[in-house]
Amino acid sequence: MVQLLSPEGEYSVAPQYAEYAKLVQELSEADFLKFYRDMARIRRFDFEANALQRQGQLGLWIPAIGQEAAQIGSGYAVGHNDHIFPSYREHGVAITHGIDLMSILKMLRGVNHGGWNPDETRFHLYAIVLGTQTLHAAGYAMGVKFDGKTGTGNLADDQAVITYVGDGATAEGEVSEAMLFAANHQAPLVFFVQNNQWAISSPTHSQTRVPLFQRGAGFGVPGIRVDGNDVLACYAVTKKHMDEARGGNGPFLIEALTYRIGAHTSSDDPTKYRSSEEVEYWKARDPLTRLEKFLRRQGIGQDFFDEVAQAGEQLSEEIRSATFALQNPPAQNMFKYVYSEQHPLIEEQLAWLEAYESSFGDQSHLTVADPSQIPNIGSVH
Amino acid sequence: MANFVEMTIAKAINAGLRKAMTENDKILLFGEDIAELGGVFRVTEGLHKEFGQNRVFNTPIAEAGIVGTAVGLAMRGYRSVVEIQFDGFIFPAFNQITTQLAKMQNRSEGATTMPVVIRVPYGGGIGAVEHHSESPEAYFAHTAGLRVISPSNPNDAYWMIQQAIASSDPVMFFEPKRRYWQKGPVNLDEPPAGMHTARVLREGNDVTIATYGPMVTTAMQAAEIAAEEGHSLEVIDLRSMSPIDFTTIVNSVKKTGRLVVAAEASNFVSVSSEVAARVHELAFYHLEAPVLRVGGFDVPYPAAKLEEIFLPDADRILEAVDRALAY
Repeated sequence: MVQLLSPEGEYSVAPQYAEYAKLVQELSEADFLKFYRDMARIRRFDFEANALQRQGQLGLWIPAIGQEAAQIGSGYAVGHNDHIFPSYREHGVAITHGIDLMSILKMLRGVNHGGWNPDETRFHLYAIVLGTQTLHAAGYAMGVKFDGKTGTGNLADDQAVITYVGDGATAEGEVSEAMLFAANHQAPLVFFVQNNQWAISSPTHSQTRVPLFQRGAGFGVPGIRVDGNDVLACYAVTKKHMDEARGGNGPFLIEALTYRIGAHTSSDDPTKYRSSEEVEYWKARDPLTRLEKFLRRQGIGQDFFDEVAQAGEQLSEEIRSATFALQNPPAQNMFKYVYSEQHPLIEEQLAWLEAYESSFGDQSHLTVADPSQIPNIGSVH
Repeated sequence: MANFVEMTIAKAINAGLRKAMTENDKILLFGEDIAELGGVFRVTEGLHKEFGQNRVFNTPIAEAGIVGTAVGLAMRGYRSVVEIQFDGFIFPAFNQITTQLAKMQNRSEGATTMPVVIRVPYGGGIGAVEHHSESPEAYFAHTAGLRVISPSNPNDAYWMIQQAIASSDPVMFFEPKRRYWQKGPVNLDEPPAGMHTARVLREGNDVTIATYGPMVTTAMQAAEIAAEEGHSLEVIDLRSMSPIDFTTIVNSVKKTGRLVVAAEASNFVSVSSEVAARVHELAFYHLEAPVLRVGGFDVPYPAAKLEEIFLPDADRILEAVDRALAY
């Protein structure tokens, strides 16, 4: 397992991982601080979103606490030409590519099903049906290959694709098919498996007899395991294998071994299936604390951590007030995007609904405030 | 002077694919055994050689993978025409079709369109083993976000495959496999109609027969026999099962007052059921008899030696015509 930061925040490089360490050495102190800021930011966001769910402001919350290093580290290793196909827990990856945090909350409140433009952000929409996104990623990566945008030797112009999948979703047949298609076409695709050790209530060892990083071998997708709570290792491993995919080496699988500190979702009760000792064990290996220890060893002072904490307070307030200001979408939205071209049934039913609702006068559900007036919060742009 | 060429349905689809691919190099064909072999029905014959491995290629035997990668390729700007080898093999792809392909544009609020055509040889009558003779169109017609069409003759096959490819929405293109070798004239200059427009193939006054796909030929045979018996049947080829062109059906029913809907699919919760329900709503006072359905029985598609009993034939349509006339 590739590890560059020990749980105590000590940086050390095993000789066989020197090639990864080289990529970390290219980073500046500003990069380390950026990693920390975003990890702390997304954790604060997570706590706030969970509270909003408990207060009835969100229909559901999907916590990612404990997985910040895997997400921020890998997210920043993805180039600004590359495409990302997430599952539904990748809030950390999202902020590394400019996704407005409110658009995630809107989706989980039930304002829409997606909420950001995947073409503009290159961060595709969350996939709720497990594993489906890996095939979209494989198809996209095949398209990159067909377009001659991989392996030309021009790393700045060439493209690669990364897809995120959890340990549980690796069991879906579509994930195996995605590995097969990507390998057959030698498409530039990295499978980033966040093994958070629990598929709702099923531990990883009950789902697979073979470590997940070896899953791709039979398909021709080599793999490696990285310490998913070590942001520097996650960055370096992702960077190296995205560059290799971009360079024409075909698909690769990264298993980031991490831990889901929180529940599967706000509807879950993990006390029913795992021990508090286990959770405490992993809390002692917390990715954010680990990076903090490293930064303090590097001489980063308390001022920086105070500043980050202060930014967290501000984010919380912004998130809360923006959530309270959210309006329901206009009812027309459910008809608007079903087809891109004329469809008589949709038109007929919308016309019917408009006539029906208008009979309620002021109480009509079709007249609401413009949802586009809601402020954007948390975008890195 | 229009340029007519005689060809089979299979050749007409092939010619339509070739024309579309020549005009737009973003169009890809892929599926199981569609490259060198040209597909098990040879519909894509010659296209691999003509357009090369990057545009026409075989896939592993993985239907979810075929449709799922078509979704990803659509996001990349490609327009994929994928082949599902047989109707009964589409279900491994059902998840990708219904939860992803059909919903992606809605999920993305219009940011991502899904110009994907799924070609499916469907229907029975070829003496095949299990899973090779089914009519699964209702599953897809029921799914919002999909368009579902089926040509019944070479001219429609030639034009409708091109119209399906030109659509920015996902299109399920059901090919009547037992009619693949049926010949007819193709007008290479002018399309007969839009792909969602029903067409009156034979005018009549007593009973309207609405049908689609492989049953169109059967309905035309029934109309011939009925004419000899003194009954004038109007035959409508729906051509599209989603959306359905109710205007053409209702206009016909206003004239005849009687409607029989015929399809190979089982009747229960079928496209035929939808036609019957809507025509009762839209043309109640014009009906002289309830709308009757002629379809396969509500059993799994039977073993080949029983399929002639399972599949509606001209006599079964005429039996329903007689019942409609008896009201």
